Amino acid sequence: MSFNFQRLFAIVLKEFIQMRRDRLTFGMMIGVPMIQLILFGYAINSNPKHLPTAVYAADNSVFSRSFIWGLRNSSYFDLVREARSPAEINKLLAENKVQFAVTIPVDFSRKLVRGEKPDLLLEADATDPSAVGFAQAAVSGLVATVLNRDLLGPLAKLRATAPPFNIVAHQHYNPESISQYNIVPGLMGVMLTMTMIMITGLAITRERERGTMENLLSTPVHPGEVIVGKIIPYIMVGYVQVILVLLAAKFLFNVPMLGSVPLLFLLVLLFIVANLAVGITFSTVAKNQLQAVQMAFFFFLPSLLLSGYMFPFRGMPGWAQNIGECLPLTHFLRVVRGILLKGNGLAETLPDLWPIALFLTVVLIIGIKRYRQTLD
Amino acid sequence: METFAIDVRGVTKKFGTRTVVNDIAMQVRPGEIYGFLGPNGSGKTTFLRMLCGLLTPDGGEGKCLGLDFRSESAEIKKRVGYMTQKFSFYEDLSIEENLDFIARLYMMPQRKMAVEKSLERLGMVERRKQLAGTLSGGWKQRLALAACLIHEPQLLLLDEPTAGVDPKARRDFWDEIHKLAASGLTFLITTHYMDEASRCNRLAYIAYGNLLASGTVAEVVKAGGLTTWEISGENLAALAEKIRGLPGVEQVVAFGTTLHVSGRNAEKLNASVSPFVSGAQRWEKIESGLEDVFISLMEAAKDNFS
Repeated sequence: MSFNFQRLFAIVLKEFIQMRRDRLTFGMMIGVPMIQLILFGYAINSNPKHLPTAVYAADNSVFSRSFIWGLRNSSYFDLVREARSPAEINKLLAENKVQFAVTIPVDFSRKLVRGEKPDLLLEADATDPSAVGFAQAAVSGLVATVLNRDLLGPLAKLRATAPPFNIVAHQHYNPESISQYNIVPGLMGVMLTMTMIMITGLAITRERERGTMENLLSTPVHPGEVIVGKIIPYIMVGYVQVILVLLAAKFLFNVPMLGSVPLLFLLVLLFIVANLAVGITFSTVAKNQLQAVQMAFFFFLPSLLLSGYMFPFRGMPGWAQNIGECLPLTHFLRVVRGILLKGNGLAETLPDLWPIALFLTVVLIIGIKRYRQTLD
Repeated sequence: METFAIDVRGVTKKFGTRTVVNDIAMQVRPGEIYGFLGPNGSGKTTFLRMLCGLLTPDGGEGKCLGLDFRSESAEIKKRVGYMTQKFSFYEDLSIEENLDFIARLYMMPQRKMAVEKSLERLGMVERRKQLAGTLSGGWKQRLALAACLIHEPQLLLLDEPTAGVDPKARRDFWDEIHKLAASGLTFLITTHYMDEASRCNRLAYIAYGNLLASGTVAEVVKAGGLTTWEISGENLAALAEKIRGLPGVEQVVAFGTTLHVSGRNAEKLNASVSPFVSGAQRWEKIESGLEDVFISLMEAAKDNFS
């Protein structure tokens, strides 16, 4: 019994009709990605600004006012409160009213003028370290310059002296640290992973659960025709999602697209097929649709957490990075970010293409071995 | 040598340590309607699934439509129509789409015509766009039969085709089957209904995976070796209580206004009931019914195999 395109077409046609009638699944395929896109795209920001800040200025001098102005101008701090005592500062931090609290001690300006290098206390609510990191860095930058204007005449000698050398830091590919440039292209991989695996997982277990598989197996249809016939319609769904993300990236989030979009379009096929193969393989193991969904989530969570989408890949311990390296999403994120943000071509993406291809091969072999032509 | 549509021997299937089908032989002639009976879980469905290649047998040999049923199941699938117990067409596809899908899978050369013909025979030309899921039980079963027939198979395997279908639809269904059999199609049908069993040319009865009897209705009844008394009159319920459990009495079954008492050992049975025969009720020895025979076979099988 050999592979036949006429029968393949019959399966594809049937899948399309069923997809059209199944409003809920169809909604999931288009609606969920859109919601993710809007929520993740607009909500996730790893460089937060305008953090609520309280000030307790026991020393009301030109210098403290200048410093406070400096904070405000950095755009990281919004001065929302003037505290009247150190106790109030503690209370504001504990009650989550402010993220930062600045305490300017009583003798700040006197010590400053005497050249005693007074301390200035900056307290942060660091329960979420990533929320305060950038802001803290901005404060250290302030120290060097903010008082220069006020240190006049005899005080000029107190001005910060120039360091013996300069560090020139270039933030390549995303100089303004805009989270969306990182999140939105990555989201393409995340939503493909989620929907592709779940949909194919459901597609085959549904046949088994409804008893239609028994009927299908009693016809001359070839297992390869069933598998390919079920994959093809969802490849198209995958491309619809890719187009949606790219349109949103361009027109909603203004993500730069330096590389070749047609190249990305071509390479995403490998990633889509890899995920569909995972779904098919899951469905050969799952006994019902619920199990298929559970397995999809079982695969989706490590993909989301260990791929470098949510958290910096290099920040993870070695074992987590090793797991991450096995997941297709990890490599696809590098491909898509590379092409869009870095302008990478095929040569630069190759090191991340073969792992996806290897993953696909292994999963497909398992899937075909497990797919049974009988009901045994 | 006579050619058979189905000619298999020693067919065996095990699920783990449990033998579901045990060493069954079956010969079905072309154009015959062969009834396949037995209690739930007796292995009927498993046997049908092995014939059409859905399950791999653990033992047995033979031919189905002249093809080796173990090694040539791909070829057999093209010539066999299999109607599953549960409706197994796509409920979210219309009647026409379902038929068209099946016709495509069998690569019918004149697909559109075949679908059209099938719709006409079904009497569903007007309702072709209706989703299969919205059909009533009887119509679903007719659609399933039509879909099984679309590729013009030589052998039809029907697994409890009339379960849950009303009497009128059941009778129409059987008329259709007799018509098709007259045109040369062979049927192997599992059923629980005795009236359907008696409409088959020949029967086989299996229980716990073992073939207990086969042949024509008369042959099966004779092989059952059952003696049956029919009693009519007053106070049958009280009488039934007295007779039940006497030596030789195996079944006491109420049939409306009559009572059937039967047993395999005629001597013992007659001895036990003789004190009652002269009572107020009317006693008459009758031919045993198929159902009595089957229940008797099943009881006997329970003692032997379980």
